[in-house]
Amino acid sequence: MTEKTALILLGCPQVPVQTSMALYLMHGLKEHGIRPVVAGTVAARKLMEVADPGRHYLEEMADLDDMIDEITGKRRDFDLCFVFIHNDSGVAYAGTMAYISQARLYALLFGEHAEDLAKEIEFPCEVVAAKAVHNPMPLKRKLDEVMQWAVSKR
Amino acid sequence: MGCLEALKPEIILSQASFKDAREYIKKNVREYHEVEPGYKIHDVHIIGVAPLYIGVEGEDLIFPYTKPCHGTFVVKVAGHEEIARLRARKK
Repeated sequence: MTEKTALILLGCPQVPVQTSMALYLMHGLKEHGIRPVVAGTVAARKLMEVADPGRHYLEEMADLDDMIDEITGKRRDFDLCFVFIHNDSGVAYAGTMAYISQARLYALLFGEHAEDLAKEIEFPCEVVAAKAVHNPMPLKRKLDEVMQWAVSKR
Repeated sequence: MGCLEALKPEIILSQASFKDAREYIKKNVREYHEVEPGYKIHDVHIIGVAPLYIGVEGEDLIFPYTKPCHGTFVVKVAGHEEIARLRARKK
């Protein structure tokens, strides 16, 4: 049986909860036998590396543009894709993933304007939105709800 | 991959939304072509929500360029062979 995989796409790490939630998500995926792969900006990846020096959760990480190139070139794809979004650029990246990837897409919206940004999403995906900036718990609670569903679907 | 700086872009609009960039090109560039998200120009993939437009102005291309931390820019770069490729897509 082929191993299931999930892409975790990290944007600008300006909002504190992103790194914490990404590690939590990776833990959840691995618990369900799904291999997480992280793609993100240099700073986002460095935050992950420093937060997980023993590589308990992190396995593979890739540059954001390189990953987009791999997927548009049809050299790679995933079963699931989680895009972390706290600004307009995040919505743009999620919209691109919705078009180029066959993965089941989850838009994880957080930060001060999570609900407003959620209204901008007009492409097929599961929206998980919570006004979480420093405290990850509102987003964690919402993610917990969809995670059970996500891992049972694929 | 995706190094826009190497193309020596002229910045027309900075730190906008992808919708603003779309509207700018549609309103201000006479010849524009719709492309799919992820369409590649030189070494740069166009990021955004469809519809996405790329304008042609003389020998130059005008397109949206999204940076994760700084929003979407509208940039102008020399088109070279990309213009013919874009026009060939037209139905």
